[in-house]
Amino acid sequence: MLKKNLLFAGKNLIRMFLLLFAVSIATFALVAVSPIDPLQANVGQAALGSMSEEQKEKLRSYWGADTPPVERYVNWAKAALRGDFGTSLLYRQPVMNVIGVKLANSLFLMGLAWVISGLLGFVLGVIAGVYKGRWPDRLIKGYSLVIASTPAFWLALLLLLFFGVWLKVLPIGLSVPIGVEAAGVTFFQRVRHAILPALTLSITGISNITLHTREKMIEIMDSDYVLFARARGEKTGKIIFHHGLRNVLLPAMTLQFASISEIIGGSVLVEQVFSYPGLGQAAVAAGTGSDVPLLMGITLITAAMVFLGNFAANLLYGAVDPRIRRGGGKV
Amino acid sequence: MIRKKSQEASPVRLNERQKARLWLAVSILFLAGVAVAGYFCREAALVTDFSRKNIAPCFQYPFGTDWLGRNMFYRTLTGLSMSILIGICAAGVSAVMALLLGVSAAVFGKKVDAVISFFIDTVMGIPHILLLILISYAMGKGLKGVVVGVALTHWCSLARLIRGEVLALKQREYIQIAGKLGQSRLKIARKHMLPHLLPQFLVGLVLLFPHAILHESSVTFLGFGLSSAQPAIGVILSESMTYLIMGKWWLAVFPGVMLVLTVVLFDLGGSCLKRLLDPNSVHQ
Amino acid sequence: MSCTNKRHILEIDELSVSFLQYEGKKSTRQVELPVISKLSVSVHEGEIVAVVGSSGSGKSLLAHAILDLLPYNAKTSGSMYFDGELLTRERIHSLRGNKIAFVPQSTTYLDPLQPVGAQVRQSRKDPASRQRQRELFGRYKLGQGVDEKYPFECSGGMTRRVLLSCALMGDPELIIADEPTPGMDLALAKQSMEDFRAFADEGKGVLLITHDIELALEVADRIAVFYAGTTVEEAPVADFASQESLRHPYTKALWRALPQNGFTPLPGVQPYVKDMPEGCPFGPRCSRYSKNCQGEIPMQRVGCGTVRCTLYQGEDLAVHHHHGTS
Repeated sequence: MLKKNLLFAGKNLIRMFLLLFAVSIATFALVAVSPIDPLQANVGQAALGSMSEEQKEKLRSYWGADTPPVERYVNWAKAALRGDFGTSLLYRQPVMNVIGVKLANSLFLMGLAWVISGLLGFVLGVIAGVYKGRWPDRLIKGYSLVIASTPAFWLALLLLLFFGVWLKVLPIGLSVPIGVEAAGVTFFQRVRHAILPALTLSITGISNITLHTREKMIEIMDSDYVLFARARGEKTGKIIFHHGLRNVLLPAMTLQFASISEIIGGSVLVEQVFSYPGLGQAAVAAGTGSDVPLLMGITLITAAMVFLGNFAANLLYGAVDPRIRRGGGKV
Repeated sequence: MIRKKSQEASPVRLNERQKARLWLAVSILFLAGVAVAGYFCREAALVTDFSRKNIAPCFQYPFGTDWLGRNMFYRTLTGLSMSILIGICAAGVSAVMALLLGVSAAVFGKKVDAVISFFIDTVMGIPHILLLILISYAMGKGLKGVVVGVALTHWCSLARLIRGEVLALKQREYIQIAGKLGQSRLKIARKHMLPHLLPQFLVGLVLLFPHAILHESSVTFLGFGLSSAQPAIGVILSESMTYLIMGKWWLAVFPGVMLVLTVVLFDLGGSCLKRLLDPNSVHQ
Repeated sequence: MSCTNKRHILEIDELSVSFLQYEGKKSTRQVELPVISKLSVSVHEGEIVAVVGSSGSGKSLLAHAILDLLPYNAKTSGSMYFDGELLTRERIHSLRGNKIAFVPQSTTYLDPLQPVGAQVRQSRKDPASRQRQRELFGRYKLGQGVDEKYPFECSGGMTRRVLLSCALMGDPELIIADEPTPGMDLALAKQSMEDFRAFADEGKGVLLITHDIELALEVADRIAVFYAGTTVEEAPVADFASQESLRHPYTKALWRALPQNGFTPLPGVQPYVKDMPEGCPFGPRCSRYSKNCQGEIPMQRVGCGTVRCTLYQGEDLAVHHHHGTS
């Protein structure tokens, strides 16, 4: 049994690496195809105009515009396999360092949003599914549909307006107070600056999970085994607790891990609104500024997070679902 | 003659199916209305007039004016109209891609399926917005970038769905019997599979619109989409950010509300369509 | 209703169940489709009553109607009595699972993620429940190891015994079994029905809903013949020995269709719910059809059974609900 599990895990890990490899090729191809001239994007037309040819050559080789794309990719890949993801052109530091710092900031936000949206979304989804058609369901469904239709950045703008500008209770941006030395920033201040972005991300994350959990719950409440439980006189509360939760937990788990991709996407927008220096904001800067190594690095890290999330979901599913655990051993 | 007997239940209030049709009609009318109105307003939206800049919403200017004196109501309408058209275009292309790839994966054997599934997993591994940024970058930003980007990112889930449906259909008895009776593959596909797939496909297609619009406005907001000369909703909202702190709330609130309304109506239209076509809920 | 003075456990009087549906795929008109019309059947102590009808004719809905499990768009009329007293909704809810037990047909009625032992006990952990569950498993020869098995790990036969144990946990007086022997051959089916026979012999009642008429003839005491949404005849099994002792033309045709009686099928098909003829539903296929058959035809007592046919002049049925224990 253990051997079967290891084999399963091993195959999945290999597939993950292959996928990451494919992602890196795709990303690089997209970036290479671009007609955008990195020189123009970063130095500007006016400055270029007053430069000498040598200076332009130096810049071109700095931005990597003089080697053919395939060669560039191979160089990059060889270095990446050794752990060296190159140097960020915008921040002028190793990509890994930049990502490290930004990721730490983002993780705080994303982690918080992931947990909150998962818990609240689950509870709301179960309630809506059980009370389908009645007012708790209509309320929850209505609210979720509106939130799901709201772009994350607009919600962020509204919250910024409300809490930052009108009420002035929360800071309007960045991750630390302006002008304070890094060592002097307290944990509390960090939290204060993270509240609005985390709140925004959570609100948008909840709606998706709520709607999907609700669907699953409705399926369960319509099933044969719930019918039989009713026929045996079990009250609704007991049915939910003993049959509903058990059966909805598995799909809920898959949902939760699948939401990682959405949360990352959301964080790109939210960080932009609040000028929060996280991974998302760095991605936008890298895209705007043609910082190819940084873009590659960020894309790979986020793809790795998504794939790891799926991997974790598969493992958990295999561990929790008795049908997979016991592999259908019939008597 | 032996007569039939079936009674009609008198409808005192609208039943669910009638409600679904009503809301579908409402959403189509509204969205078409906005799209058309926006097209006709596009010149009025560009008119600048410094004598009336930064006016808060009032009777004459229901959505207020911006720092260049442009009428926000016309700007919003035009912007929405653009978003709707872009959304529909991109979603349409996406849906067709999803159909082709989904069906191919299910029909052309294990190897093709493995390749297409791997491809789907790869694309799904990159968070949407990031992929949009990359594609937009690859196409040099601008309108083309946005449309291609949105089209190339939304087909994945629908393709997976279609693939699953066709795979399940292939196993169904009535399909296998038709094959054994000698019907050609094409005939089976047209006569037996298509009627089953078409409703799902249509619903999936319509439900892609809201996502397409949301993502288009998001990517434009970030600066990777339409240029600031064209008043797309994303641009309007991103420009409004600088003025928010000065208290000019109407620059962000009204366009945003209209955007949400548009997305909600598309979603509503899609759900109504689903309720009318999906055999599971057909008798509610 | 029959020639016995035995106590009624269950009495169903003119039960009708209809569904609200949309007329066609695209229309918005809703119509009422009657699936069960004026069905009457009763179960006395110590007997197995089989409701026999073709698959898909709506018999399962009878079980759901008795247990108040019908879906959202169902409308019912008629009355039901248990132990002489009217079955109201509240009464059904308090009786189901203990005095009235349901035995469904397949493993889909078991929670796939819970071990069967726990399901039989309904997740209770107290020693009394455990003991009773063990006792039942022992009686049906389900070993110690079965307690912790999941439904997917149980064979068809084991599942059937588990479902039976579920029913018997609450010491019921009436068992409603819905197609308990799907796809089994006669010998195996008879064997699995022995448990029901033993149960009935203790003075309790079994309502068996099945399409397998041969099984019904082997195992039941009385048979209610179900056709197009209603019972057309109710007769003791002894009456099925010859065609003459049967009453309704449809029952006679059914008798003739049995392999041992000539295997002669009756032309035509049972009418679909939407195409019900006026009056007797069997009319179009009946050789004795007459103008009288177009109106309402009540159930009448003839001899030891009942029949719904204009060819007979019997006694009107009286519902025995005031009889109580006699």
